[in-house]
Amino acid sequence: MPHNISVVENILNANDRIAQENYNRLEKAGVFSINILASPGAGKTSLIEQTVPRLKDRLRVAAIDGDIATSIDSDRAAAAGALAAIQINTGGDCHLDAVMLRGALEKLTLPQFDLLIVENVGNLVCPANFKLGTHKTVLVASVPEGDDKPYKYPGTYRGVDVLIVNKMDLLPYVKFNMDYFERGVQVLNPGVKTFHTSCTTGEGLDAWTDWLVEQASCYRSVH
Amino acid sequence: MHELSVTESLLKIAVQHAEQANAKRVTDLHIVIGDLASMVDESLQFYWDIIAKETIAEGATLHFRRVSAELQCNTCLEKYHPTDQELVCPICDGAGARIIAGEEFALESIDVE
Repeated sequence: MPHNISVVENILNANDRIAQENYNRLEKAGVFSINILASPGAGKTSLIEQTVPRLKDRLRVAAIDGDIATSIDSDRAAAAGALAAIQINTGGDCHLDAVMLRGALEKLTLPQFDLLIVENVGNLVCPANFKLGTHKTVLVASVPEGDDKPYKYPGTYRGVDVLIVNKMDLLPYVKFNMDYFERGVQVLNPGVKTFHTSCTTGEGLDAWTDWLVEQASCYRSVH
Repeated sequence: MHELSVTESLLKIAVQHAEQANAKRVTDLHIVIGDLASMVDESLQFYWDIIAKETIAEGATLHFRRVSAELQCNTCLEKYHPTDQELVCPICDGAGARIIAGEEFALESIDVE
């Protein structure tokens, strides 16, 4: 007899369960972890390159870089001084998911690190839907992308803990209305911790790295 | 594109529930997709037709119920649908709103025989 069975199951539950396992593993090892999201070209890798040397002698950093192909990003993270840099090639997938991160975590001796930086695939849409299990999510926006991005990608802007507005040195040259941009951000994510940075001039980078050190040490003192 | 891996999860959930009910065949899946969930209906059906082959769900039809994005203002509690250019509450212009609909992505039910 044909009949209907009620299911009501979130299709991404399997991912969320593994994200929770990743979180538990990072907690147990005492590693503070961030997931960096951005569109392609916003400056995620440049930010990591500028961040890691500033953390020298303060935090032991590992990096996991997600990309569709190539190891360019993890090579750059290693050259910047990350003690370990693992590349995940997603083979066409537009985001990292919890299973991919689990595989990369298995390659690291986690207790050797204080901070894990996960660089997601450049994409403002899909990564927001796939939890990884990191402690904080950081969004790198950049001035040349335009001020309408919070309006076009509310799912991403809503879910982040930190917003970095990068390439501030280009502000005089491009049409970017900071008030309009911030208005969109504030609707979805009121009071989100924000840094204005430039990887060219160095603006804002010390404040950002100090924040990372503070978060990682608060985190360590609790655990 | 992430519809392939998502379709694999969908198949797993559907087959598991059908087997629990001792069903022989899954004929239809009823899926809810919010407009903010970044999933493409046609693409799910395309992958489905490939990966469901030789399972009890082979040939099943996917039915989609789309849910549009809806926000609720934190200040005046007005519920509203955001437009492409504006996310702020149309009534009080208040800062801060939460997404109350549009992020759904779930399998609601299946038809089996």
